[in-house]
Amino acid sequence: MATSEARVPRLGRLERSALTGVLVREVVNFSSYWKSTTFSSTVEPTIYLLAFGFGFGSLVSTIGGYDYVDFVGTGTVATAVLFSSAFPAMFGTFVKYQFQRTYDAILAAPVDTEELVTAEALWIATRAGVYGCVPMLVAIAFGLDPAWGMLLVPFIGWIAGFGWANFGISIAGYSKSFENFNYVISAVLTPLFLLAGSFFPLDGFPEWAQVLAAFNPLYQCVQLIRAAVFGNLGWDDLFRVGVLVGFGLLVWRIAIRAMTKKLID
Amino acid sequence: MASIVSPRHLQGARHWHPARMEPELAIRMRGVVKRYGQITAVDGLDLEVPLGTCVGLLGPNGAGKSTTMRLLTAQSIADEGELEVLGFALPGESKQARARCGVVPQLDNLDTTLTVEQNLLVFTHLYRVPRAERHAAIERSLELAKLVDRRAERVDKLSGGMRRRLLIARALVHQPRLVLLDEPTVGLDPQVRQELWALIDALRSEGTTLLMSTHYIEEAERLADTVLIMSHGTAVAAGPPSELVLEHAGTEALEVYGGPARLAEVEAEARSAGLRTRRTGTSVSILGIDGRNGFRLEGERRPANLEDVFVLLTGEEIA
Repeated sequence: MATSEARVPRLGRLERSALTGVLVREVVNFSSYWKSTTFSSTVEPTIYLLAFGFGFGSLVSTIGGYDYVDFVGTGTVATAVLFSSAFPAMFGTFVKYQFQRTYDAILAAPVDTEELVTAEALWIATRAGVYGCVPMLVAIAFGLDPAWGMLLVPFIGWIAGFGWANFGISIAGYSKSFENFNYVISAVLTPLFLLAGSFFPLDGFPEWAQVLAAFNPLYQCVQLIRAAVFGNLGWDDLFRVGVLVGFGLLVWRIAIRAMTKKLID
Repeated sequence: MASIVSPRHLQGARHWHPARMEPELAIRMRGVVKRYGQITAVDGLDLEVPLGTCVGLLGPNGAGKSTTMRLLTAQSIADEGELEVLGFALPGESKQARARCGVVPQLDNLDTTLTVEQNLLVFTHLYRVPRAERHAAIERSLELAKLVDRRAERVDKLSGGMRRRLLIARALVHQPRLVLLDEPTVGLDPQVRQELWALIDALRSEGTTLLMSTHYIEEAERLADTVLIMSHGTAVAAGPPSELVLEHAGTEALEVYGGPARLAEVEAEARSAGLRTRRTGTSVSILGIDGRNGFRLEGERRPANLEDVFVLLTGEEIA
C-alpha cells in the first residue's frame, strides 16, 4: 500500500505524546479542583500535628532522640504521600472508569491502556510528591529545623507515590464495586499505616512485626524521610530506595494488567 | 448474504479517486465474531464502509451495534474474523487507526467541570494535533458545533443538545478521515435531534466517512447512503435505503385500522392472498400491495418504508 499512511512509523509502546495527552487532561482538570485538594492536604496534617503534638507530646517529649513534634511531623509526610496517592488512585480510577467513562474516550484515542495507567500514576505521584511536603512545612512552623536534606523529600514522596498510585489503580481495576475498597482499606492500608512508625516507633513491637515492617513500603518511606530531614542518610537507605522502586515497578505492571482486563474485552 | 455495501451510487466528488492509491474502504470486517461467555454479541459480521460514504448500522437494542463500534477501536478484541480500519489491521495496528478516527460515544463522557474549550484542548493533545495547529483546530470545532459563544461555559451548564454537539466537535479536532457515531441522537428531543442531523449531514457533505449506529429508522433513512440491518449480531441486509425498501417491502403498503379481532381477520385475509403483514400497534400493515386494485380491504395506502423492511427482516419492532 503506497499511501501516506504506510510511511507513518508503527506506533510504539509508552509514547511520549500519548502520556502527554493523558497528563494534559489531568492538569487541566486539576485547575478546576486544586483549591479543595490543597485545603484538605494542608489542614489535615495540621490537625494531626496539633492532636498528636498536644496529646502525646504532653506525655512524651522525645522519641529515639527526636523531639516528638519532629518525629510526628516527618511521619506525617509519608502518611500524606499515602493519602494523596493510594486513595485518589482507587476512587479516581473507579469514578473515571465506571461513572464518567473517561477511559472509554481516552482509549478511543491513540492511547493504549499501558500508557493510560502509566500517565495516571505519574500524575498522582507528582501530586503526592508535592503535597507530601506540606506536613513538613507545617512541622517547620511548629518548630522543625529546616535542613538541606528536606529537598530530597519531594523525590522520596514521588517514588513512594508512584507505587501507591499503582496500588490504588490495581485495586480499582480488580474491584467490581466501591464496597470492595472497604476490605482493602481495613485489611491492607490500615495495618500498613500503623506498622509504619509514623506516630510511634516500632521498637516495642514483637520481632516478627518488625521484620514484616521491612517489607512495608510506607515504613521504608518514613525511615527515608526521617534520614533525609535529620541528615543521617546511610547505606541502608539505598536499600530503602530499592524497596520503594521495586514496589513501584511491581505494582505498576499489576495495575496495567488489572486495567487492561477491565477496559479491553 | 448481501452484506457488501455497494458504493456504486456514490461515484463522483465524494468518492476517492483510485489514482491516489488510498485504501478504498474505510472499514472492512469479514466474518467477525465476538463472544462474551455464553453470549455471542457479534456473530460472523461482514461490513464494508467505502471511503466518503455514510453507512448506518440499524438494529434493535442488543443486535450487536455497540460491540461492533468497540471492536473498531480495539476496545473489544474479536474472537474470529478480520478487521481493517483505514487500511490498518486490527487489533495490531489499531493505534494508527485510532489516530485517524473520531469517535462519538453513546454515553456522554465529557469532563463536566471543564469548559467547552478546555474539553477540546484536552482532545487536541490526546489526538496529537501539532502545537501550531491546536488553536485553529479548536476554533474550527467550535464553529462546526456552533458553540463559539459557549466556549468559556462549563460543560455541566450546557443543555443536553449542546453537550451532544460538543461530543461530536470533540471527535473532530484532528480532522479524522473516519468518524464512528454510536447512537448519536439517542434520548434527545426531536428538535435537538434535527439539529444534530444537520451537523452530521454537514460532515457527510465535506466528505468525511461516517459509520453510525442507530435504532432510529428515520435517522438511518435520512443520513445513511447505505444501511446495514443487524439482528442477533449479524447483517441481515445491506444497501441504499430506497433499494432495500423496494427489494423487501415493495412500493406500497396498506394500513388497516380496527380492533384486535378485526386486525386478526385482516391478517388472515392478506396472508391467504399471499401478502406479508406486520402489526403496527393499532393497525396491520399489508406489505407489497403495489398498485393492486383488486384487493378489497379498505385502508390507507402509504409508501413502503425502511421500518417495514426492518420488521420483516428482524421480526422485531423498533422505537
